Amino acid sequence: MAVVSTPATLERALPVMDNAEVQRIRNDFPVLDQLVNGRPLIYLDSGATSQNPLSVIEAEQEFYEQRNAAVHRGAHHLAVEATEAFEDARQTVADFVGADYSEIIWTSNATEGLNLLSYALSNAGLWAAQGRGDARLKDLALSPGDEIVVTEMEHHANLIPWQELAFRTGAALRYIPVDDAGSLRMDLAPDIVGARTKVLAFTHASNVLGTINPVRELTALGRNAGALVVLDACQSAPHMPLDVKELDIDFAVFSGHKMLAPTGIGVLYGKQDVLDILPPFLTGGSMITTVTMERAEYLPAPQRFEAGTQRISQAVALAAAANYLTETGLDRIHRWEAELGQRMITGLESIPGIRVLGPAAGQDRIGLAAFDVEGVHAHDVGQFLDSRGIAVRVGHHCAQPLHRRLGLTATTRASAYLYNTTDDVDQFLDAVAGVRAYFRA
Amino acid sequence: MSLDHLYQQIILDHSKARHGSGLAGTKAPDGATTGQSHQLNPVCGDEVTLRLAVADGKVAQIAWDGAGCSISMASASVLTDLAEGMTVAEMHEVIDNFREVLRSRGKVPADPEILGDAAAFEGVARYAARVKCAMISWVAAEDALNQAA
Repeated sequence: MAVVSTPATLERALPVMDNAEVQRIRNDFPVLDQLVNGRPLIYLDSGATSQNPLSVIEAEQEFYEQRNAAVHRGAHHLAVEATEAFEDARQTVADFVGADYSEIIWTSNATEGLNLLSYALSNAGLWAAQGRGDARLKDLALSPGDEIVVTEMEHHANLIPWQELAFRTGAALRYIPVDDAGSLRMDLAPDIVGARTKVLAFTHASNVLGTINPVRELTALGRNAGALVVLDACQSAPHMPLDVKELDIDFAVFSGHKMLAPTGIGVLYGKQDVLDILPPFLTGGSMITTVTMERAEYLPAPQRFEAGTQRISQAVALAAAANYLTETGLDRIHRWEAELGQRMITGLESIPGIRVLGPAAGQDRIGLAAFDVEGVHAHDVGQFLDSRGIAVRVGHHCAQPLHRRLGLTATTRASAYLYNTTDDVDQFLDAVAGVRAYFRA
Repeated sequence: MSLDHLYQQIILDHSKARHGSGLAGTKAPDGATTGQSHQLNPVCGDEVTLRLAVADGKVAQIAWDGAGCSISMASASVLTDLAEGMTVAEMHEVIDNFREVLRSRGKVPADPEILGDAAAFEGVARYAARVKCAMISWVAAEDALNQAA
């Protein structure tokens, strides 16, 4: 597929998305064209994993048919071709989020990115303690008395790695609570983020509530505290324009499979000056300069953080996905999904016995809604919707503490993407309206 | 596969009736030995704590606390009705049979002679994601039985 770069000014001038355009988009997604339980599939689980357009599937297939080889080694033709494809993909993804080429580290997914970062930070402490590496590592090192701050709405992937980093280093883990409506208690945040804070990690958009968090305000708090600011962009990078430089964050993670790419590929963005001094997490082949039987010297980022043979075809496919999103226009996708999100929330709020989590109708939310059906467990709701060909997610959505805070154990979540129509949402709402009667709730 | 095959009337009824629900205030008969087991399905948060008392080789009492989907709650309720008065050996036999049916992906039909009302869960066997829901209280009962017997 030809890569068309769309200047921001032109993008704004493009017409808003409508159902007719979505119908054309759907033709690019073969998996959507099928019957489930005798009904046309309505896929509303893109918050968990998204579907792949033909251009992405073909990019991966083309790589295996024509260019497959190990990258960064070997002088043969295919190795050169594979390396070029792999590194071109890195540039494409860097452009996609406004980063520099060498600030993009491939990971398996966002979870691995956050684990990589948290282990690299523990290693910073070990290195600093022995005078190894850059003198500035002691500023990154955590020790008792230091604090890591997260929020109460985090996905487990942006919580547990920090719990474990706190355990390994003796630092304390604190969190910014949410209110009953599921918004961050920003009034309390300045008292929580302070001089002791070494890491401030938070999600850009909640995978449960649909809230878009005040990134600038939070980042400013982190900056003033001298903390590293880490953004979980899993629910934002696929759905809205993201510029990591403009947001001035130190790190960001996102997963390819939530943005039209295959599973097994994700990204850790890191600011160059931090990556330059950060010790590696995984070590081994492809990330070294000189190795003796006693020790090794490491390549600069990004290779320093990419030990072993990488997910080459997936990286190529992720770049194709980024191109697909850029060509459609993230601004337009964001607006379309916001419209679908409002349609969901307005419809759900009008159904008796439904409690929707997160911002009320009319307030900003991304294109997803999690809800509780009075008297019916989420698992049963999901089963009922599946019988009508509607795919949603049920459970705690990897956010147990948030559910506990809101007095729930499991909810049902519908999440839209650029290939969902307003009719998808209407059929979903129609089905939800029948749930309580079926289960005699 | 129709939804009604999964959610048979008897399951929907038991999911509301919840026989045996409520551990508070239950007291094992004199001379009975007891066992208690807590089971959790981390995927959906279904949770059951089941206590069982055995006297003279028979299940003298069974009670549970739980939260979860209609399948898991109905299954605990049906189990309660079945278990009371059964010998320990009969109980193990029924649990083994229930597990075999549920894990068969629909290949092993449920025998109402053995399973009674629990035969209604036959349809669950075709929904791999729901087998754990139906099994959770039975796993708890098996564990509690092993402690008590």
